[in-house]
Amino acid sequence: MENKKVILITGTRKGIGRHLSEYYCNKNYTVIGCSRAESDFENSNYKHFILDITDELKVKELFSDIRKNYKKLDILINNAGIASMNHVMLTPLKTVENIFNTNFTGAFLFSREASKIMSKNKNKSGRIINLSSVAVDLNLEGEAIYAASKSALVTFTKILAKELSGFGITVNSIGLTPAETDLIKNVPEVKMKRLLERLSINRFANYSDITNVTDFLINDESNFITGQNINLGGV
Amino acid sequence: MHTVEQINETIFKAIDEINLQSEDENKLEKKTDTILYGKNSRLDSLGLVNLIVEVEQKIQDELGESIDLTDEKALSQKNSPFLSVQTLSDYIASLLKSET
Repeated sequence: MENKKVILITGTRKGIGRHLSEYYCNKNYTVIGCSRAESDFENSNYKHFILDITDELKVKELFSDIRKNYKKLDILINNAGIASMNHVMLTPLKTVENIFNTNFTGAFLFSREASKIMSKNKNKSGRIINLSSVAVDLNLEGEAIYAASKSALVTFTKILAKELSGFGITVNSIGLTPAETDLIKNVPEVKMKRLLERLSINRFANYSDITNVTDFLINDESNFITGQNINLGGV
Repeated sequence: MHTVEQINETIFKAIDEINLQSEDENKLEKKTDTILYGKNSRLDSLGLVNLIVEVEQKIQDELGESIDLTDEKALSQKNSPFLSVQTLSDYIASLLKSET
């Protein structure tokens, strides 16, 4: 059991987070997932926590559980995210707060607590992967708040990479293109088409496009790759 | 309610952990007047970060209390709570008291 890698993924009830959980369970990692609601995913390698990722106390309890039961954390993937497309003039303040809380503050809390455990990993190694969006570099109309929250995450990634390099922890982000998940279900088709046209490769991301990059970043040999944002699709 | 002895013991356990990773000349003594911060401390800045993190985790895991040693209150104090084991212990006691 000691040798199994322990990976923590946020937002695992559905979409990309769910897929990542299944994928890494199948690769025989110990996967710890969380979401605000119960998950129907069952696997002997999987443990689910119900929490709001912006609730500091609950997040600390989760990490206390990891320290007690697993003694280490190898990988954190900050996946949980919400989106809301709207013109700035029509965007309620509450929406802005919600988006920043989930997309940035939640990732900050998890990264902070994860780095405390990873800094004591016996192999002096850790991986933090933040899932960002190509919306950061594309500057799309209607996505000001969502893209701003992900921009914050990318800048955070680059600085955190410097602060944690001495502990052997790498921190990178992936600029995701749209995948066919709940996140985009309310976005009009014409908008999606326009977005895809801005990419070098004009298609939705497959789950395997994403795990290909997470696998690369997680790889032991990738210990010299840090502070980078890798955009899918060509931006 | 946690006693001063329990809090000090928790800090000493954290010091044990930090000492495991330190050179002999940088090891901290498990005494209340051990200096943690400033030019007379054996810890460098990253060592102090490690100790604070270790103490927070030990308080959570062993005393079952979640405290944030680096909240704004700590950083705005005239005298840093991280000067010595004694000041750190006093500060933790005040945080635990204010939570109950």
